[in-house]
Amino acid sequence: MRILTMISLLVPLVAAAQPTSEADIARVDAIIAATFPTREPAWQRRVTQDETQRQCSITRNEPPDAMFEAIRSRELATIRFPADGQVLGDWKRGEDIAQNGRGNQFSDAPNTVAGGNCYACHQMAPAELSYGTLGPSLVGYGRERQFDAAEARSTYAKIWNAQSVMPCSMMPRFGHNGVLTEQQIRDTVSYLFDPASPVNK
Amino acid sequence: MISDPMANPGYLAVDRGEILWAEKRGAKGASLEACDLGRGPGVLEGAYAALPRYFADADRVMDIEQRLLWCMRTQQDLDTSDVIRRRFGEPGKTSDMEDLTAFIANKSNGMPLHAPMTAPQEKQMFAVGEAMFNRRSAVNDFSCATCHGEAGKRIRLQELPDLAHPGKSAQDSVASWPAYRVSQSQTRTMQHRLWDCYRQMRMPMPEYGSEGITALQVYMAQQADGGEIVAPSIKR
Ligand code: HEC
Ligand code: HEC
Repeated sequence: MRILTMISLLVPLVAAAQPTSEADIARVDAIIAATFPTREPAWQRRVTQDETQRQCSITRNEPPDAMFEAIRSRELATIRFPADGQVLGDWKRGEDIAQNGRGNQFSDAPNTVAGGNCYACHQMAPAELSYGTLGPSLVGYGRERQFDAAEARSTYAKIWNAQSVMPCSMMPRFGHNGVLTEQQIRDTVSYLFDPASPVNK
Repeated sequence: MISDPMANPGYLAVDRGEILWAEKRGAKGASLEACDLGRGPGVLEGAYAALPRYFADADRVMDIEQRLLWCMRTQQDLDTSDVIRRRFGEPGKTSDMEDLTAFIANKSNGMPLHAPMTAPQEKQMFAVGEAMFNRRSAVNDFSCATCHGEAGKRIRLQELPDLAHPGKSAQDSVASWPAYRVSQSQTRTMQHRLWDCYRQMRMPMPEYGSEGITALQVYMAQQADGGEIVAPSIKR
């Protein structure tokens, strides 16, 4: 009853906004299904949303506090650290992964190894001028953190699932979504944390 | 942007589109000249600047390419499967849809983009488009807003238009299609642009002329309202 009253109070306000009205969820779903008619299960799974994608979408990436906490704990539970506890790999391979924007696109050959495409969004090595600005600069990332082992472990978790740290972050959940492997994430962490990496020069 | 017809190969598409518009095709042996693009049968001037819009005869909101396909089917009785197979041109293989769209859009050159938002169907499609624009999915968790939600952002060195807010960025971007893409040596339409953005989103291939692509265009046309049509433009 209280909810109904609230909605009826809200309607005139919403209607006054140009150009009007929330989309009917069933209608959006039907249109999405018709827009992406793929029958291949692996591709079809990309069309449907998981709970976190759904919540971030409807709140326009600004979940209210309780939802924020629910997303964080749900995403935290997905993190798998390497069995041997080793979160560092080879920074040179990490650089290739940060540069590589291939993989998972309908134009890619199915066996294409996906990169992390970190440079699409982040500045990393200062000498690389072709970087995007959707994310913060990561120049000197390990150096600024004294190459601390616990920080490297947190960064592994961040790359595995960015939303375990920042719910509704724009950054992809690389490990959780199966874009990068355990070894690729280790290599990327090294790109940020190896003292010899150009990121820290 | 270069609008000099002599320097922009997109005008070759305009010329081919003009011929296709008048060509008699399909089982009815009719041309498209009686096709109503929203301003009355055969009226081309300003029609593109007021799309997408609701068409009562089809009972649907349509963008230019959906409307052309509809006219081909109903007025020419043309089997559109070949036209759809060639929807995106390639070297040595022209696209009727790209050519016709370039020709028709060119007839709105210099006019302000103003897609109507009066029919309830148009408002519904706007709401669907807004939802789709913000809908995150697939393995990278991207939505359109990830890349086009804010002004002044770039991916690598590529500047990204802000399509989430009404204003100049959206106006300049949306009102300058179709465009001759230098990197592809083809004249592309908004259908192709969004196909390419969904590719970057790691989504499956969107269906050509589907309602979802139209809904996004309805949404973007409102953000770009008042933008001056430059068609075909020339882009990277
Ligand atoms: C689509 C954009 C995007 C991509 C691609 C991306 N990131 Fe991010 N990243 C962000 C954004 C936005 C933030 C800030 C919000 C947050 O902390 O989640 C961020 C934050 C981070 C942080 C935390 C920075 C801090 O404040 O301590 C790290 C580390 C990071 N990214 C590493 C990476 C690495 C490594 C990759 C590639 C494997 C990558 N990112 C790919 C957008 C992106
Ligand atoms: C991963 C990043 C990314 C995502 C997600 C994305 N786009 Fe784009 N978009 C781009 C890039 C890069 C360009 C090219 C910009 C240029 O060349 O000026 C672009 C260009 C465009 C343009 C043409 C801009 C112009 O000035 O001509 C439109 C319109 C557009 N995108 C709409 C969308 C819509 C709608 C969606 C969601 C269905 C979307 N984009 C999702 C990266 C993205």
